[in-house]
Amino acid sequence: MITLEFIINALSLGSTYALLALGMVIVYGILKLVNFAYGELIMIGGYSLFVLSLGPRLPWFVMAVLAVGVAVLTSWLTERVAFRPVRDKSLTAMLITSFAVSTLLQNAALLIISPRARAVPLPSLFSESVVLLGQSVPWRNILAIVTSVVLLLLLVVLLRRTVLGIALRAAADNFRMTRMLGIPANLVISLAFAISGLLAGVVALFWVGRTASVTPTIGAAPLLVAFVATVIGGMRSLEGAVLGGYVYGIVFSLIGVLLPQALLEFREAFMFIIVILIILFRPEGLIRGGAPSRRAG
Amino acid sequence: MRQTDLQPPGVRQPGPRRAELTPRDWLHRNSTPFLLGAGMLLVAGVTWLIGESLVERIVTVMFIDVILVLALQVFMGNSGILSFSVAGFMGIGAYGSVLFSMTPAAKAAALPDLYAFLAPVHLPFVVSLLLGGLIAALVAAVVSYPLMRLSDAAGVITIFSLLIIINVVLVHWSVVTNGPRTLFGVDRYTYLGTTVGFAVAFLGVAWWFKESRVGLRLRASRDDAHAASSIGINIVAMRYAAFVLSAFMAGFAGALWAHFITSFSPYAFYLSAMFVFLAMLVIGGPNGVSGAVVGTVLVTVLREGLRSIENNVNMAHLLPGGLFGFTEIVLAALLIVILILRPGGIMGGTEIRWPPAGGKPGSTGGPGGTGESPRV
Repeated sequence: MITLEFIINALSLGSTYALLALGMVIVYGILKLVNFAYGELIMIGGYSLFVLSLGPRLPWFVMAVLAVGVAVLTSWLTERVAFRPVRDKSLTAMLITSFAVSTLLQNAALLIISPRARAVPLPSLFSESVVLLGQSVPWRNILAIVTSVVLLLLLVVLLRRTVLGIALRAAADNFRMTRMLGIPANLVISLAFAISGLLAGVVALFWVGRTASVTPTIGAAPLLVAFVATVIGGMRSLEGAVLGGYVYGIVFSLIGVLLPQALLEFREAFMFIIVILIILFRPEGLIRGGAPSRRAG
Repeated sequence: MRQTDLQPPGVRQPGPRRAELTPRDWLHRNSTPFLLGAGMLLVAGVTWLIGESLVERIVTVMFIDVILVLALQVFMGNSGILSFSVAGFMGIGAYGSVLFSMTPAAKAAALPDLYAFLAPVHLPFVVSLLLGGLIAALVAAVVSYPLMRLSDAAGVITIFSLLIIINVVLVHWSVVTNGPRTLFGVDRYTYLGTTVGFAVAFLGVAWWFKESRVGLRLRASRDDAHAASSIGINIVAMRYAAFVLSAFMAGFAGALWAHFITSFSPYAFYLSAMFVFLAMLVIGGPNGVSGAVVGTVLVTVLREGLRSIENNVNMAHLLPGGLFGFTEIVLAALLIVILILRPGGIMGGTEIRWPPAGGKPGSTGGPGGTGESPRV
């Protein structure tokens, strides 16, 4: 049952989910915005890989970096064009805006590329496995774990050691106070969206890596994952988001093994019932963040 | 009926009491549902005179959308909480009613594994509609009470989760819904006259709710939750009433729609449908009944125009890949522009009234809060 293969698969799922959740919370912490367009960043990352594969032959790694770059740029642009003008309006206005941005990006992919799935180039490493302790483990999963840990460590350095990172954490904690201390709000919010896009872009590589294809609606599933993971971990804390991602990934894998087939179909419904119960009975999640602060604007 | 006791600071005092109202004031206050209702009947009449089946289809669906957007308005407009669940309750109403209105033979063909007690049931159309609405309201009544405590992001996520749960259940409860596949064999009962009649009736209901004591208290809680609860308004109970009513209306509209379209799958009741309803309400103006109706009509006209462009381009093969998703892109962009430039929607929370307000101070703008919710 609990084999090394299972552990590595669960951890790789958890790592991916942790990055997803972190990308969502980093924006939520500052703007109190549940970004419905977050999943579309993953779609954009996937399509960037597809479009790049049409052009001159580049090494896969270069294409991957460019695709992540496009996701960062898109995230930054959505903030600049859509979210910034409605930031001082009601929270509902901002949420509806993010829903509209999500619809817009999805249909733009439909219009510009195609409703049908498109193949995405992947390095051969993604489809190979390695034999560890007598069990075959896909390289893709090991890569996901390593990449996530490296990325998380880099982010820890960025957030703890650099002025910008400290400003960002301060803003997530108490945005109004941070502004009063002279931190430019637009810069911090732009940075948060850029990091959010970076995380989504990296997740996109592994997400499309599973099926080696991308469709306009591919963003829906990761968006829901990010929801669940952030609620489990705690919407107000960055560490909580990471923890929530790992917990969700591991619980999800365990459910897949333990739940009978008939109930497995309803797995998603169970996860969202858990979400509602957590919000009702332990709204702060696993890790309690700072004091509830009013949203920025 | 000491309504004045319930007025939170900041909400306009009601004008003179009913007995002191001049006929002109009374008309000014209560004319909205009559004016909008007359307008809808006029549209239906003109459509019937034109007699074009395509136009009739569009207008029929538009009136169903009017009910759905009013359902959204009843909860979201009055409480200020973004609600994604209307599409889900529409689906519950659609499947709930169809189970009673389909003939036993059609059920045997489309849903062979249906529970034995439901298989032979065959009820009249109107009863099935009512059951569709009631089942949706019942589901809402059972699950939603604890959710009504939440507002802002937590409220949105839970109601969004509710939509997903409903959709997962509809997709996987194959015995009743035929799973993700299309359910067929529904008889058509819904026509133009049916939908316009119910749309006008629900317009009255939404107006009545907004102006009722519960609606007034709910709007007070939307404008300032702390002030409202400090004068003893039970916000959770008010929201709950609005949510259940909203679910009933959505379920009823879903039932109407099911008997119009006659074959459908659970994916008709998900995010893309919800996006259209939200666009309609927000573009029109969520804080008023007029906004719901105006937004639905405008967005319907816009969508049909864009869709015909899309179809013509696709038929003529002007673009190699076809023109897909163009309508939604324009609609989403319009929605964002409206939120930036006019967050209260086109109507900005005011209602269509006639005659204009009289000269007396205090009688302008009608009873209760009018404008947008305060900016946080």
